Amino acid sequence: MKAKVYVTLKTEVLDPQGDAVRRALHALGHDDVKKVRVGKLVEIDLDGDDRAKAETELQEMCAKLLANPVIEDFRFELE
Amino acid sequence: MRVAVIQFPGSNADWDALHAARDVAKADARYVFHKESELGETDAVIVPGGFSFGDYLRPGAIAGYSPIVPALKRFAERGGPILGICNGFQILAEIGLLPGALTRNAHLRFECRDVHLRVEGRGPFTDTLAEGSVIRVPIAHADGRFHCDAETLETLEKNGRIAFRYCHPDGRLPESPTERGTDGLPINPNGSIADIAGIYDERGNVLGMMPHPERASESILGSADGLGLFESLGAHLRKGAA
Repeated sequence: MKAKVYVTLKTEVLDPQGDAVRRALHALGHDDVKKVRVGKLVEIDLDGDDRAKAETELQEMCAKLLANPVIEDFRFELE
Repeated sequence: MRVAVIQFPGSNADWDALHAARDVAKADARYVFHKESELGETDAVIVPGGFSFGDYLRPGAIAGYSPIVPALKRFAERGGPILGICNGFQILAEIGLLPGALTRNAHLRFECRDVHLRVEGRGPFTDTLAEGSVIRVPIAHADGRFHCDAETLETLEKNGRIAFRYCHPDGRLPESPTERGTDGLPINPNGSIADIAGIYDERGNVLGMMPHPERASESILGSADGLGLFESLGAHLRKGAA
């Protein structure tokens, strides 16, 4: 099974990288860009075909390591 | 005093910490590799600076699951003094020994220069430093912007757990997060909330700080102000033994 984990900064956490990208997009002429937030995509290949077990595991992986709950939110998709 | 310096793959201030503790502060200091599961006999622990595991995922995230970490947590729970410097602070925050998180510097630059810190919170590493006094120590980080929620900040303020704040050379705090000093550089080098440079944990024995006191521990390095933290630790341990 393949999983995609998306990790993003919480809305209240300043994202200087996103701001820098926004300014660069403005420099390219994309004046309609209002806000940019940069996050992470983690792709995971999992053995087995038990979706429920995989979802439980992914939840634990995100909460313990892939995201820092103090500053980040996460969600995942299982193919 | 006996000091253990934890070594992770990618630590780069481990030698600096060992040198300051052993050769300058005259402690019985040694390394403990991150794959060990026990700290051994020690009175204090330093989690040094660097880029453990290449800062992959987030600074300190992967080091947080090293085999030595449970022993570090037990030592903290027993009231053992722990000093996390730079990446060490990031690791201590990741494993929950300290609240909040260290995020990307607000202006995105890697800052490598001396800063001034106002000494505030009381604890094993600051007790002999006068409250309100100013020390000059270097920083070297890209992810030093301390972030926490409003409730946590209030708790830190109320309980005197903010050990150090970035300040002007005379101890004044910047009036805005972007205020610059006479050298043209921001007083608060990373945009940390409330100008926070270092905090103590709830019990008061774990200190995390982004600046490097071990790199300012003797005058040949340009400042010996950082030695005060080691002297304070020594005094704290002697008091405990008496």
